Amino acid sequence: MNIHISGGRLIDPKNGIDAQQDVFIVDKRIAAIGQAPEGFVAEQLIDARGLIVMPGLVDVAARLREPGYEYRATLESEMAAAVAGGVTSLSCPPDTDPPLDEPGLVEMLKHRARSLNQARVFPVGALTYGLKGEQITEMAELTEAGCKAFGHADAPPADNRVLMRAMQYAATFGFRVWLRPQDAALSRNGVAHDGEVAARLGLPPIPVVAETVALSTMLQLARETGVRLHVCRISSAAGVEMIRAAKREGLSVTCDVSMNHVHLTEVDIGYFDANCHLQPPLRTQRDRTALRAGLADGTIDAVCSNHSPVDDDAKLLPFAEAEAGATGMELLLPLVLKWAEQESIPLLDAISRVTINPAQSLGVKVGHLSPGAHADVCVFDPQATWKVEPAALISQGKNTPFNGYTLQGRVRYTVVEGKTVFVA
Amino acid sequence: MNNPQLNQHGELQHLLSTEGLPVRIVRDILDRAATFLGEGHAEINKVPLLHGKSVFNIFFENSTRTRTTFEIAAKKLSADVVNLNIGSSSTSKGETLLDTVDNLCAMHADMFVVRHATSGAAHLIARHVAPGIHVINAGDGRHAHPTQALLDMYTIRHYKQEFHNLTVAIVGDVLHSRVARSQIHALTTLGVPEVRVIAPKTLLPSMVEKLGVRVFHSMEEGLKGVDVVMMLRLQNERMQGALLPSAQEYFKYYGLTRERLALAKPAAIVMHPGPMNRGVEIDSSVADGAQSVILPQVTFGIAIRMAVMSLLAGTST
Repeated sequence: MNIHISGGRLIDPKNGIDAQQDVFIVDKRIAAIGQAPEGFVAEQLIDARGLIVMPGLVDVAARLREPGYEYRATLESEMAAAVAGGVTSLSCPPDTDPPLDEPGLVEMLKHRARSLNQARVFPVGALTYGLKGEQITEMAELTEAGCKAFGHADAPPADNRVLMRAMQYAATFGFRVWLRPQDAALSRNGVAHDGEVAARLGLPPIPVVAETVALSTMLQLARETGVRLHVCRISSAAGVEMIRAAKREGLSVTCDVSMNHVHLTEVDIGYFDANCHLQPPLRTQRDRTALRAGLADGTIDAVCSNHSPVDDDAKLLPFAEAEAGATGMELLLPLVLKWAEQESIPLLDAISRVTINPAQSLGVKVGHLSPGAHADVCVFDPQATWKVEPAALISQGKNTPFNGYTLQGRVRYTVVEGKTVFVA
Repeated sequence: MNNPQLNQHGELQHLLSTEGLPVRIVRDILDRAATFLGEGHAEINKVPLLHGKSVFNIFFENSTRTRTTFEIAAKKLSADVVNLNIGSSSTSKGETLLDTVDNLCAMHADMFVVRHATSGAAHLIARHVAPGIHVINAGDGRHAHPTQALLDMYTIRHYKQEFHNLTVAIVGDVLHSRVARSQIHALTTLGVPEVRVIAPKTLLPSMVEKLGVRVFHSMEEGLKGVDVVMMLRLQNERMQGALLPSAQEYFKYYGLTRERLALAKPAAIVMHPGPMNRGVEIDSSVADGAQSVILPQVTFGIAIRMAVMSLLAGTST
């Protein structure tokens, strides 16, 4: 479709643009910025006066719960939630049931997602069969099926030899390996940061060393194998420092943090609020400060929603028995804006953390509005405030620690591949 | 964040933890218990304070002793008592904790006494029930066991009168102990200037000092000059993991023997929440010795539970 987005403030970090510029879309692509291309006739005019126009968000961690966990969420509900949050590309971790370890499963997921005509889905394939940490998957076949990276859900393979072989194999083909650093033994049965709150509430702890031990291992193996490593959901100050050192050394490593950890700490658990039962666990004020600083200085490349819808019954349990996770895609943009405002980060920088940076970590050509690029656009009202109310969320998961928060920034239009898929 | 134990008038609505319990309420509970025990008068056998009320003891984890003392306390207050030892049977049939509670609410429960293996279970129930229903936490996971701590405070006051001049040592498996956490909060609330914990590092939560205690790893140092020794139960299963090598080695270094008790003040008292493991955490000669107040603790426990229930029953709704 030919769309003219007029009068908005265009922010496109990849191209360093923060100015009032019109955007012209022809068919599925960005045709021009500023001046209409010759002969352009708009079929749809989006009046963006007073609004901000940016590339659609790229969310590197959004669980869609299909296949296997449709009682928690379905592709329909979560894809609708994505575009309501301005998310036009997302990558989903492989911890579905069955896990994304077979090309057929990945093709099916891609096909189902495409048929909904909403956000683009870039699956992260399983690094080992069944995520058991024993045998590596057919990574080349999975890549042909549509996987953009290979991961291992919430903990790397426990067997370091398997991990090293998997990295070597991935490096052979130039595939990306995405791992969340959490040592399985050191975090066993844990549900909260090993600190003051866990000590007080008697919650089984997850110490910071569970992160740093696993991170140290994967960084050393990445150095050895030369694999392109992406570290998922860093949660501690010590972890941020290790990433900083690895980048300084020149390792090929990128990193993301969840928006929950940018804003919350262990103290938010209060009196056993199961909405704050998250993986990784919320840590201390010091950790949060370091995560924010790492996100600001580029040590942490991207911020994600870590969208993990959980059904209500699974949260109406004592804290430790409750399912970990929170819904998030609809909150990602306002929470990034909140961080930017609190830390006085220019919007151009802040928005790069949810557009071009995650797109580069994922190795996909989205997240910018250069002429010729995919016409994936988010138009939002930076002044609009709204209260987070579970019933009003589109995601099937209604649980979020941000319930009741008043947030600023509301998506008005989402365009994917030249089609307006969301209007509010 | 509102204190989930208090109503809008600042009265006790539920007893979930000794943390954040106002000192006036702690003192009120101790004073009430004293009247039930007939301090200065004859002991009271039966009063109609909970006449017509239903108290449901719901125990998702087995406990004969605690359940029995709650039952006796409720009956002395003339309540109708229903005991449910749910263990894990109901939940293994697929019923959730809150389903169970809803069913019991439909049977017109006025008060729940809850024990559960997971920290926070009593808070969850308290948040869920209708405003007129009271919840007493009889132990949730590693988190809290407030009536045990309150009966311990009663015991200390009974033998020591005051709190502001005491040094108290808590010995043993603090990491897994809901009793220890509740004791620490109760002692600091009542103004005990020095609360110590004594244990090997594997049995202490990290940052335990943030709870307001001094940490010792040696019995010889930690017991020096204390007025009260509060022993914790060491569960046998702790010997199986990587926490402790053996019961013998534990007793050798952390068992309370007569020699070690001699390091405390001469008039020091020895407490234990029971059930005891003789020869593991405590030597029989100490458990049965002159300084032991372990059996009076049990007697006081009934009065404390009567005090808590009667206080809750009198709370405006």
